[in-house]
Amino acid sequence: MTAQAPTDRRPKGRSAPGSSLAGLVLAAERFGLIVVLMILIAIFGALRPDTFLTWQNISTILGSQAILVIVTLGVIVSLTANDFDLSIANTLSLSSLTVAILNVNHGWPLGVAVAAALAVGAVVGLVNGFFIVVFRIHSLIVTLGVGTFLHGIGLWASESQTISGIDPFLSDIVIVKRLFGIPLIFYYAILLAALVWYVFEYTAIGRRILFVGRGREVARLSGVHTDRLRWLCLVASGMFGSVAGIFYAGTQGAADPVSGDSYLLPALAAAFLGSTSILPGRFNPWGSTVAVYFLVTGITGLIFLGFGSFIQDMFYGGALVLAVTLSQIVRGRQEQSF
Amino acid sequence: MTQAALADGNRSGALESAPSMLELTNLSKTFGGQRALDGASLSIATGEVHGLLGQNGSGKSTLIKILAGFHAPDPGGELTIQGRPAPLPLPPGAAWRLGLSFVHQHLGLIPSLSVLDNMMLGRLSQDRRVLIGWGAERRRCEAALQRYGVEIRTRAAVASLQPVERALLAIVRAVEEIGESRSGGGILVLDEPTPFLPKSDVETLFAVVRRVASHGASVIFVSHDVDEVKEITDRCTILRDGRVVATLTTATTSKQEFVEGIVGRKFERHARGSQTMQRAEASVSVEELSGQSVDGVSLHLSPGEVVGLTGLVGSGYADVPYLLYGARKASAGTLALNGRRIDVTRMTPARAIGEGIVLIPGDRAHSAAIGALPIVDNVTMPVLETVFRSFALARGAMMRLALELGQRFEVLPNRPALPLSALSGGNQQKVMLAKWLQTRPSLVLLDEPTQGVDVGAREAVFAQIAAATAQGAIVICASSDYEQLEQTADRVLIFAGGKIVAELRIPFITKSAIAELCYAHSESVSSNEGVPA
Repeated sequence: MTAQAPTDRRPKGRSAPGSSLAGLVLAAERFGLIVVLMILIAIFGALRPDTFLTWQNISTILGSQAILVIVTLGVIVSLTANDFDLSIANTLSLSSLTVAILNVNHGWPLGVAVAAALAVGAVVGLVNGFFIVVFRIHSLIVTLGVGTFLHGIGLWASESQTISGIDPFLSDIVIVKRLFGIPLIFYYAILLAALVWYVFEYTAIGRRILFVGRGREVARLSGVHTDRLRWLCLVASGMFGSVAGIFYAGTQGAADPVSGDSYLLPALAAAFLGSTSILPGRFNPWGSTVAVYFLVTGITGLIFLGFGSFIQDMFYGGALVLAVTLSQIVRGRQEQSF
Repeated sequence: MTQAALADGNRSGALESAPSMLELTNLSKTFGGQRALDGASLSIATGEVHGLLGQNGSGKSTLIKILAGFHAPDPGGELTIQGRPAPLPLPPGAAWRLGLSFVHQHLGLIPSLSVLDNMMLGRLSQDRRVLIGWGAERRRCEAALQRYGVEIRTRAAVASLQPVERALLAIVRAVEEIGESRSGGGILVLDEPTPFLPKSDVETLFAVVRRVASHGASVIFVSHDVDEVKEITDRCTILRDGRVVATLTTATTSKQEFVEGIVGRKFERHARGSQTMQRAEASVSVEELSGQSVDGVSLHLSPGEVVGLTGLVGSGYADVPYLLYGARKASAGTLALNGRRIDVTRMTPARAIGEGIVLIPGDRAHSAAIGALPIVDNVTMPVLETVFRSFALARGAMMRLALELGQRFEVLPNRPALPLSALSGGNQQKVMLAKWLQTRPSLVLLDEPTQGVDVGAREAVFAQIAAATAQGAIVICASSDYEQLEQTADRVLIFAGGKIVAELRIPFITKSAIAELCYAHSESVSSNEGVPA
């Protein structure tokens, strides 16, 4: 999980005498979150050794939060182009419903239902992009509206019911089958994180997306097709939402129109918190992955200590604001250009 | 002008003996091991206009920031204001109480509010009054503006003012704030107030500055522009590499001496390579270009030629590069490039690049460079395909390329991993040149290539332009820097009212000839409309 960050990313200190100190500060910034995560695990482990620090608990956390990792990856794809996708959690719900409705109610084969669910995400991204890019409406507004609209569609299509009985093959390959005791979905999430990492760091298109996000006018005048790339990122984040939705259907063996919606805030929190580590100052998949597990470890630990589930909302809400604050500090307090 | 002359007369002989307004001795500031300011001393006499000159990175902005209380200096420095020692570092708000007032380049005005509101801005945030007596405030504001001969209505929105009026408002406000903090004297610090002003307006601004000085305040005038400094200041302090190089009496110092002081080496006139260039068949021609404030302009350019476009603000010259590049929509026009004809109305930046056209915009911070990203990412932006090796971008190759370009374009420090914003303006501009000239373009469009570029880096920028033309590139350079045009252009086209109204060729391209033509034509255009001839 500690993928090698290219070592030439940031200044190595301004002058020779200060460089070892600057290097230390940089390393602390980069790997601080991982260290804090370890400390957190150690504390909770010491307090509740027989429940918290069991392989069963750990593998459950790793598996159950993989969906959040995937949603977070979708969020950072569009955030890198400096667009918010607030509709991603609703896309997740609608995609899982699509699988359930087509597979259970209409008896379509699982593969076709899954393909249809992916198409849902792509269409949502296209629609988001249409309003954002063509009409120049702020992404916060468009995706908030589209997300709520999708929520309504989900309630309508499912008649507000949970639809269960999805082909068990899906659950099988998502959550039942395990490798080293960890459900396969965890590995899927890691593969997707690696894919995002590869695209962002090692392809020209990934660099261009970064340029679009950081200096839209500069990118435009450098011949980058800024509108096309923003649109592409929104389609990609929609499809990440779909993938998460398909896996969600797999973990539950069922789908309902509301429970996916709760993924939005944690994903945003993880995205911003993740941008303070591994590659500080950038939305990056490994930082986000670490952030997801950091947040969830905190919550699980607190629940083990006897807090009610209300702690989850307090923790995620607080973490979002703190994470944005931290990411702001890392970015040297430049004005946020939302 | 008369009162200014009077004021000059009062001061000229007695400057050295005049009571000192501000004494700064042995001021140093170290940033992470690097000395930004090294034992600098500054002495400002009462009622003088004192220039502070230096390249980017010379320490002049550090010095100003210490005076403003932004930075804490290293221990050892001393500050005395009107004979009384002041603590260093200055605690927040102390600068104001000591009678120091600052006008920065960005003026600190709120455009959507009225002149009166803006005038009251500083004061409202300082004192504890609950109620505002609008009538009294308005009279007071009018009186203040009148005192310095500034004619703007207090009810006008700042957004509707001319740039120079905004600058004047900011200056009057700053002077008023000094007046409130103490009975007499005070120091007005003007931190590069002129770069966005046309030359004619700079005169107006200077008249106000002289009035401020004649009322007994001292003015510290920070600038890049040697001519302006020569015109307005009584004395000048030159900083280089954090040290004070000299404090000179302006009247007895030549421009050459100033420039040598700033640069620290003999200033060489840029050698122009294409002086005897044969007028080959035009390989680029622009026909009937219109759009923005450009109105039916045609140009014919030969290989290796540097053509300067200039004129007064709003004359249209500044839009030409953006229209040709497709960065702004043209309403008409064709571009013939290497025998192909392109409809300019359908040009996009991506297409332009495909045709071998590049643009280096003047607004570096927003249009040209991404300051938060490393130099390597900025400079490799247009050539990412070439560093893509089978499956991935080759980081090593990118760094090598950036290093190599940094060396060729004399980027200092040549450390591609640094964020671009860590470089000085001049070095950022070198990176921009590297970014685009590495693609070996056939047409290079420049907008104000020397804006915010220090004297030393100007030479490097000129050398790169010359190197590009030596390989046959054609350069179109929109600039209001007449000296730069004099040094680099083979031809200068003067714009007025969206059209080309005059052309200068090589032995006749001089700073004054350009200025003369610009102003001559601007008058003829306006008089055609107004007064019948």
